[in-house]
Amino acid sequence: MSSRRLIGVFEHEQETVEAIEASRQHGFKVIDVFGPHGSHEIERAMALPPSRIPWVVFVLGLLGAGLKVWFEFWTTAQDWPLNVGGKPFNSLPAFVPVTFEVMVLFAAVSAVLAFFAVSRLFPGRKAVLPVDGVTDDRFALVLEQTDSTFDVRVVTAMLYELGAVHVQEQLA
Amino acid sequence: MADLAVTRPAEFVPDSVARPLIEGEKSLSTVTRDVLAPMEARPTGLWFAALTASVALLAIGAVAIAYQISTGVGTWGLNRTVGWAFDITNFVFWIGIGHAGTLISAILFLLRQRWRTSVNRAAEAMTIFAVMCAGIFPIIHTGRPWFAYWMMPYPNFRGPLWVNFRSPLVWDFFAISTYFTVSAVFWYIGLLPDLATIRDKSKSPWRRRVAGLLSLGWTGSYRTWQRYEVVYLMLAGLGTPLVISVHTIVSWDFATALMPGWHATIFPPYFVAGAIFSGMAMVLTLMIIARKLMRLENYITLRHLDAMSKLVIATSGIVGLAYLTEFFTALYSGNPYEQFVFMNRAMGPYAWAYWTMVACNVLVPQFLWFSRVRQTVAAIFTISILVNVGMWFERFVIIVTSLHRDFIPANWFNYSPTVVEVATLLGSFGLFFTCFLLFCRFLPVVAVAEVKGVLKHTWPHSHVSSQDERKPEAAHV
Repeated sequence: MSSRRLIGVFEHEQETVEAIEASRQHGFKVIDVFGPHGSHEIERAMALPPSRIPWVVFVLGLLGAGLKVWFEFWTTAQDWPLNVGGKPFNSLPAFVPVTFEVMVLFAAVSAVLAFFAVSRLFPGRKAVLPVDGVTDDRFALVLEQTDSTFDVRVVTAMLYELGAVHVQEQLA
Repeated sequence: MADLAVTRPAEFVPDSVARPLIEGEKSLSTVTRDVLAPMEARPTGLWFAALTASVALLAIGAVAIAYQISTGVGTWGLNRTVGWAFDITNFVFWIGIGHAGTLISAILFLLRQRWRTSVNRAAEAMTIFAVMCAGIFPIIHTGRPWFAYWMMPYPNFRGPLWVNFRSPLVWDFFAISTYFTVSAVFWYIGLLPDLATIRDKSKSPWRRRVAGLLSLGWTGSYRTWQRYEVVYLMLAGLGTPLVISVHTIVSWDFATALMPGWHATIFPPYFVAGAIFSGMAMVLTLMIIARKLMRLENYITLRHLDAMSKLVIATSGIVGLAYLTEFFTALYSGNPYEQFVFMNRAMGPYAWAYWTMVACNVLVPQFLWFSRVRQTVAAIFTISILVNVGMWFERFVIIVTSLHRDFIPANWFNYSPTVVEVATLLGSFGLFFTCFLLFCRFLPVVAVAEVKGVLKHTWPHSHVSSQDERKPEAAHV
């Protein structure tokens, strides 16, 4: 289904934040906002739900650590117990360093893979930018033209009033 | 309690902090242009000269490695008494260098040090290259490097016989491979937004294509930015204990042995501080080279060099304290073997190495207390190189002086490196600088997106344009 969009282009982070807040106050649907650098203010203004990636990291980290402890116990105490300097076969304290490293490895790699999966980032994906320059020096606020209350003329005027350098319509 | 805020004195802002993080009034697009410019332009003659020298060193190292692998570790100067020497010194030296990269990218990120944004990209690259250099040495040291994969616990036809998980050398294998993987991933994640910028801004079609493939379709959507920041925070949080664990485990390679001079509980903190100290010095060396070669003096400013110099003094203090503590504990222990090892370090045949170490690591950095010195690039450069020399000697002293005179005087034997060993060390420097120079040429040395994020803290007025005239009710529709 195609929808009409209105894109406001801004030069400054602060103006973008104000435009997002004003749009949300008027009940317009903010489809997305684009920009060249991370900004907690913009994310806060968009009221994005908190990311669940930390949970993936937590669970996968625990899983990595758990699997590793089991593997170390199984290899050194069960599958082929070897007497090394009279140390106990199940030398739990000596397993701690490797367990820690594997936990970090699982947690870090899973964080990144989860990020790629959720954000649908993969090699060969074509980047569709709303306007040129959002990876350079422009911020773009993409609004959906929902219903009759959305008067393009008035909203365009509002965005210009809030500091937009350019406002354009787009069919998506 | 509220009136406390009123009576609080005006904030003291020292001169070095009052300086802007980024020199010159930059807008978002000038940051893109300035950082991408060296990639688009023909490299300078200085860059070509540096690359030629590095590749020459790398070639010397490659020949030496081919020779020692085909002939055997007998080409080294090792003997029955000194079984670890040059190669393990180089290994610990390079691993230590890497640690400053993680300090800047992870620990300073968690501590919200904004100045890190200009140097973190290059420092992380340094970490990756340094770990690569470090890896060469233990792999050759195994004697049969073609069986290096036996360090991995995999189901094999020899039993299966598993690796000994109680051995610090196996811990080391896991620590370093994890460290390398996590550092590389962290670096790549940090590069993503900049690769997208290259994809959209570069003039060269092939660079646009490669950056397009590597940037994974990054659009700059704030839904992605939000997750990106969460992942970055997670990686920083994981990287911080990781970097401490890596050098702790490296120190256990020594400390778990019952060798006087090695068997000390101070080793983990001592090694971690030394690693950050040497790495910071190497970051300074590299940044001074990079800002010159790539003309990034406005981004890697005197303020950055100043902040890093202060970290060098701080860690130098920790290292100096560790030297003293170690010596005192040995003398106070009442253990004649411990006492002998330390007296032998300071006054035996390798006293020159010990005092080089003390001079370079404890005395030379004291010059950095003077702000005049911290403002003089040539002085910082010289000090940073001397610290690197000193830190190399620290590892040499720890390893060789502890081994060369063991419990039976009949076993005493001195060690000196062979040409092959020296050539391998030179080769590792060649590899390191070749990688670093190629990185300077083909990737943004400064994290573009991160610098853009801190610009407003540098020049607040450049970001708030014409807002004063705006009427608050203007937004009504």
